[in-house]
Amino acid sequence: MCLAIPALIKLIEDKEAEAEIGGITRRISLWLTPEAKVGDYVLVHTGYAINILDEEEAKETLRLLLEIAELAEEQS
Amino acid sequence: MRFIQEFRSSELAKGLISRIHQKSKTQARFMEFCGGHTVTIFRYGIRQVLPKTLEMLSGPGCPVCVTANVDLDKAIALAQIPDVIITTFGDMLKVPGSHSSLQEVNASGADIRMVYSTMDALNLAEENPTKSVVFIGIGFETTAPIIAASILQAEERRIRNYYILSMHKLCPPVIRAILESGEVKLHGLICPGHVSAIIGSHPWEFIARDYGISCVISGFEPIDVLQCVDMLVAQIESGQSKVEIAYRRGVHPEGNQQALKLMKQVFEPCPAQWRGIGEVPDSSLKLKKEYQHFDAELAFDIDPGPTYEPVGCICGDILRGVKTPLDCSLFGKDCTPQYPIGPCMVSSEGSCSAYYLYGEGFEG
Repeated sequence: MCLAIPALIKLIEDKEAEAEIGGITRRISLWLTPEAKVGDYVLVHTGYAINILDEEEAKETLRLLLEIAELAEEQS
Repeated sequence: MRFIQEFRSSELAKGLISRIHQKSKTQARFMEFCGGHTVTIFRYGIRQVLPKTLEMLSGPGCPVCVTANVDLDKAIALAQIPDVIITTFGDMLKVPGSHSSLQEVNASGADIRMVYSTMDALNLAEENPTKSVVFIGIGFETTAPIIAASILQAEERRIRNYYILSMHKLCPPVIRAILESGEVKLHGLICPGHVSAIIGSHPWEFIARDYGISCVISGFEPIDVLQCVDMLVAQIESGQSKVEIAYRRGVHPEGNQQALKLMKQVFEPCPAQWRGIGEVPDSSLKLKKEYQHFDAELAFDIDPGPTYEPVGCICGDILRGVKTPLDCSLFGKDCTPQYPIGPCMVSSEGSCSAYYLYGEGFEG
């Protein structure tokens, strides 16, 4: 029910945007994320962007997880 | 960065699973609050790869499942009022109320439309000025700001025939109610990622502080859930209980301020009935006085009739984490996704549905 999926903002018109979700372009609302910009990835829930995804945080998480994986590989 | 495939990597999964096995020494019970997490855990077989020290329980985080019959019956009664068009998310259609379901009254002529978004409901209201369009407002804090935004949009577009039946539920108050009951002993809580995207991490702090339960906010990909379990194990093994965010790309500690502002502008807290849990104070939202002309309960004379509960169904106990679907005599026999008796079998996020689709007969 609280499913939200990443979408890439392609075009902004007032409080709405065209966003690409898994190769499909959809119209989404930016009422909850007025600061969103073209090129941002947002989390879309029932047609509304509920948050802007933080790419730097995502990269940092993946970097840490890769370290864990490499360490586990060495130990095995 | 596409934000999906990166978090389904088998290489990263192996590393996390190996580390969880190494670190986990203490017997611990974790609850995933959210039905979305239940689906991830079952779809990717996460229970099977965790060490025997960890027990996973599903919680009440499925809005369709926790909607009490008394509220469902109101929606079904509303659908039978002439010139009313009901708009709802798909999951609600098949849930049996005391006497019928939305799907059944639809087959008898009630006008019920499944929509993807409140934006569709608003457009429908604009296109049908002689009808009343009612949106069934179910969902947690993730959805409530969107319903609030739809009301403000209706005002802006001067749409006068759009109404809300508010059956929203708030997550932190129900967790408090479950913990206060003392029925379930938990050591860790997998906190819902998209509820937290709205409310932030602070509203969960009482769980760590007052009940000594470790809390980690998780995303919904398999790597997210494994990372969350790894962080919970680290807290347990170091004797800590605090709130941490594993889902840092999607959740800020302060939440989404704009969403919270809209929610507070339109709604105020009120008590709610939860299936299997009973009345929980301040766990729902009703429209504030200045927006009451959007309230379907006030605009229409709704007569839902007496409330009945399905005989033999233990969805209530399952939602509290006291029982599992395997304890239910109806599970997989009289109650299946095709012919569901209880809501946990109807919703794709319900525990019974997840057990049936991914893990029937699974035991430890």
